[in-house]
Amino acid sequence: MTTSAPAIELKGISKSFGPVQANKDISMSVARGTIHGIVGENGAGKSTLMSILYGFYKADRGEIWINGKLTPIPDSQSAIRAGIGMVHQHFKLVENFTVVENVILGAEDGAMLRPSIAKARKLLTELSEEYGLKVDPDAVIEDLSVGHQQRVEILKQLYRHADILILDEPTGVLTPAEADQLFRILERLKAEGKTIILITHKLREIMEITDTVSVMRRGEMTNTVKTAETSPPELAEMMVGRKVLLQVDKTPATPSDVVLSVEDLRVSRGGVERVKGISFQIRRGEILGIAGVAGNGQTELLEVLGGMIAASGGRVTLFGDPIDITGKHANGQTRRARGIGHVPEDRQTEGLIMPFEAWENVAFGYHKDARFNSGPLMDHAAMKADCVDKMARYDVRPPNPRLPARNFSGGNQQKIVVAREMDRAPELLLIGQPTRGVDIGAIEFIHKQIIALRDQGKAILLVSVELDEIMGLSDRIAVMFDGHIMGERLPDQTDQNELGLMMAGVTETEGAA
Amino acid sequence: MDKMPKWADVILIPLISVLLALVVSGLVVAIIGESPWQAMQVMVRGAFGSAYGWGYTLYYATNFIFTGLAVAVAFHARLFNIGGEGQAAIGGLGVAIILLNVAWPHWTVALVAAIVFSAAFGAAWAAVPAYLQAKRGSHIVITTIMFNYIASALLVYLLVNVLRVEGSMAPESARFSEAVHLPAAADFAGFLGFGGSAPLNFTFFIALLACVGVWLLIWRTRLGYEIRSFGHSETAAVYAGINPVKITMITMLISGGLAGMMAINVVMGEAERLVLDFVEGAGFVGIAVALMGRSHPVGVVLAALLFGALYQGGAELQFEMPAISREMVVVIQALVILFTGALDNMVRMPMQAFFLSLRRRREAQAQNSPAE
Amino acid sequence: MDFLTILQILDSSLRLATPLLLACLAGLYSERAGVFDIGLEGKILAAAFFSAAVAFTSGSVWIGLLAGIVASMALSGLHGLASITFRGNQLISGVAINFLAAGLTVVIAQTWFQQGGRTPQLAGAARFDNIVLPGAESRIRDIAQQGPLGQIYSELISGHSIIVYLALLIVPLTWWVLYRTRFGLRLRAVGENPAAVDTAGVSVVGLRFAAVLIAGVLCGLAGAYLATALNAGFVKDMSAGRGFIALAALIFAKWRPWYALSACLLFGFFDAVGNRYQNIQLGDFVVPVQFMQALPYILVVIVLAGLVGKAIPPRAGGEPYVKER
Repeated sequence: MTTSAPAIELKGISKSFGPVQANKDISMSVARGTIHGIVGENGAGKSTLMSILYGFYKADRGEIWINGKLTPIPDSQSAIRAGIGMVHQHFKLVENFTVVENVILGAEDGAMLRPSIAKARKLLTELSEEYGLKVDPDAVIEDLSVGHQQRVEILKQLYRHADILILDEPTGVLTPAEADQLFRILERLKAEGKTIILITHKLREIMEITDTVSVMRRGEMTNTVKTAETSPPELAEMMVGRKVLLQVDKTPATPSDVVLSVEDLRVSRGGVERVKGISFQIRRGEILGIAGVAGNGQTELLEVLGGMIAASGGRVTLFGDPIDITGKHANGQTRRARGIGHVPEDRQTEGLIMPFEAWENVAFGYHKDARFNSGPLMDHAAMKADCVDKMARYDVRPPNPRLPARNFSGGNQQKIVVAREMDRAPELLLIGQPTRGVDIGAIEFIHKQIIALRDQGKAILLVSVELDEIMGLSDRIAVMFDGHIMGERLPDQTDQNELGLMMAGVTETEGAA
Repeated sequence: MDKMPKWADVILIPLISVLLALVVSGLVVAIIGESPWQAMQVMVRGAFGSAYGWGYTLYYATNFIFTGLAVAVAFHARLFNIGGEGQAAIGGLGVAIILLNVAWPHWTVALVAAIVFSAAFGAAWAAVPAYLQAKRGSHIVITTIMFNYIASALLVYLLVNVLRVEGSMAPESARFSEAVHLPAAADFAGFLGFGGSAPLNFTFFIALLACVGVWLLIWRTRLGYEIRSFGHSETAAVYAGINPVKITMITMLISGGLAGMMAINVVMGEAERLVLDFVEGAGFVGIAVALMGRSHPVGVVLAALLFGALYQGGAELQFEMPAISREMVVVIQALVILFTGALDNMVRMPMQAFFLSLRRRREAQAQNSPAE
Repeated sequence: MDFLTILQILDSSLRLATPLLLACLAGLYSERAGVFDIGLEGKILAAAFFSAAVAFTSGSVWIGLLAGIVASMALSGLHGLASITFRGNQLISGVAINFLAAGLTVVIAQTWFQQGGRTPQLAGAARFDNIVLPGAESRIRDIAQQGPLGQIYSELISGHSIIVYLALLIVPLTWWVLYRTRFGLRLRAVGENPAAVDTAGVSVVGLRFAAVLIAGVLCGLAGAYLATALNAGFVKDMSAGRGFIALAALIFAKWRPWYALSACLLFGFFDAVGNRYQNIQLGDFVVPVQFMQALPYILVVIVLAGLVGKAIPPRAGGEPYVKER
């Protein structure tokens, strides 16, 4: 360690995909043994930049310097050789392989597997102990928790002798407690002299763990500052280019009669029970937020209520009348007819047909409504007129009904779905991950719409993995873990710590002990 | 922002792909030692050079419109129906059964019955693979191919053991009565020069009607909307309350029905009896036709016309250049499927780059010459 | 039914299972790597023609075999180009390859031999001989004299062409490659999650091409066996759906080598029974010969209908790999 050159130095990196310029002339420098954060909105170009550094994409222009040496990185292999490792947001693990098989994949010692595996198993044990990353080397990935899968990803990089570790949105799938553990591991890695780049959109994490932070906006790197010398509001302003409200404005709820009542609901999928007997109620003028780490039964809950899948047991009523949740008549159209709107968790695979033009998407699920049909044929003129109207009122940009859904930005796609599902003022709105992959401007807009719907006296079931969103919007919070509701809290009588423990499955008695 | 204008996507790319397929076909002809130029002349003359040629070209095109529409409708639901061959064969069985067992007073009523029965039989033959795909996830590509083999065996059995005219050695049914013979081209378009031998018949108009019907179905009805939604994303379809099992079944029944209707043209319109192997690969040609026609009825008609010409021209080729086997048409068909279907990106990617650079240049020019 | 008849049926099952097994293993490599291969059928057909044509012309079955393998690999390369390089639809590519083989074999056969799209009959060194293992009898008269063990040895185990033994050897070899070598690990990984392989710095394209080309070699063997060992020459469409039956066997076998052997033997067995008993009498009812001929195809449908339980294919199967942004 004689050199004081930065671990990473990027000079004038540019990259475009077809007509889209994802990175514009980006320069950045990260000192050895530090944790450097990169923040920016969705589509700001963070992931592209890191993919270039990892050799996943080739930059159109620019240079990469590693430890003071010009290092061209045309492919991932070169990146690995240069000591760069990356933990992707979506893990790159083979699910039906064991931990050790995943770790050696691509870094085997020879043509035969057995010696490689034996050696890796030994090294893995050493690494696990050195960095506090305990995992069973022979466990199959799909049996591991998300937190442990992430450890495997980190171990994979360490096994390849990575000195520079890039983590892309690593806490999105973790409980707050798991995120804390991850940060302890990162600090330990830093103490060992590793350099870490952390990409995140959570400003709290930047403040907590990083030494320096760079802000990206619309493909450009706008600022780089010392973390100690900045604040979340300042970072948010740099990200968006204007002042933003980090708090949602809302008046206290005035809940009245019960809209939705769920009793002992059970849902199985693929032979596994995902929802294990949950009960709750939502009243008019109330937002019930369901907090929890992804994969604890929230998806199945939404899908059953939205009529996408059948429940295996339980009772659900809307205004006291039962809803058929197990029978053949359970489908999205009958639910919509009962006044249930549904903004699904994944707009790209569920909420929209990406190649369909906007006007076709605005009728999606409501395409049998009389107003979209005349006789046996669909009334295209009526559908287009409806689309133009909704686009104007929900600020969809560009307001072109003939544009295919895939050509809108994430935020505008979401606005199309929200417009479709909210505009009929449903008695009950199911809304999953309303702002995932959405820019801050659209987040503010969608949050306001949700509050407005509540203030009209409608009931809202909000599912989100973003704890900040749950705490900001909900009038009541229920936490789901492993198919159970761990408990209900009022947002002003709880905090991130308590909810985080509940999300990790710690029961109240254990918490008290 | 799309990468290239719509006309390039819809017209230019299929055109280039078909051209490539024809060029490679020409190479094959050259490699087996014949002149591709001469072969093409023979084929074009054979297909379009006379009313007789047109009569055959349009007759074949009629078959391919039905089978092409059958594949196209299934494609819209992202289902790959390779079973057109078997569905058409069974459709023919339906036509024969209803025409042989009822004393029809006039061809018009008989035609309606033939439409209903050919479609119903074809649909029924598609129903089992459809059900297995929808309910059990059995690979519809393999099951429909298996049903082609099974249909062929079934037809052989029935023609040899049940439908064969007593005393005759030929595995074919009795001739249909005079009353149900469809008007041939000589009857309704004799003024265009069609003679008595041209097999083109009234079914051609049914095929064109089917195109209009499919267009209405896919782009104007709720069912078509649901089929297309399901084809693009099954999870989204479920979200919207569209039943995947129902859509798979209905789409395949329509597809099988269209394939079955092809039998009207051959069995009722031309052979006027049920003969062995009357489908002659038309079910498979439908795949190439649907791919080339981008699953749109207008495209299907144009592609069917091309393949009708290839079939007729290919038959002429066999007379004039016997060294070129009739199977050359299958080669061309394979190359069309390859270039318009599987190698689509090979043509698409350079075109996209081309249109992108074109736009860049335009934008650069716009910047360089400030607006007045 | 006496013991020797049973042995003869089993012997015939093994012969008929061999092209299925080779094609099934071909599909196994390809699909384990995430590339669907509907085009097995076409590759078998192309290999059958070129092996027979070249064996006839050169007088050597070995040169014929080589030609068959080269032809099959050329089609594999085309499938790779379409479905890996240009990320096209793998099903459509396979269908195109099937038609290409069906058409080209007849077109070329016609110009080459002028016998209506077939090759002349093969004889002598242009065909694979049956190998008589040491101590085995080869004539049926002599076999009938032997004890049961001797009969099993002479009738069932001995007396096959070398490709049959080769195919049986490839089963454990495939198992070993798949589960004991680096290549096998990567191959399985690329069929499950190509992104994991890509980020680990290993070429997805390279691995998938390797798998597709191995499939080409195996289909080449299958086709050559069909035309130069099981039959004595090429006739139009002689693959007769074996490529598709092999795919069904692959699904039945849940993409595992030893199960593939059992599945193919089962299909071979039904084929053998169908061949031997063209007319089965059930009381007054004679099962039509056409039914026996269609039996393998009906069985494929039954197998695919999942009467054997749900099969989970490799997760990335059928999808071209696109780097995600």
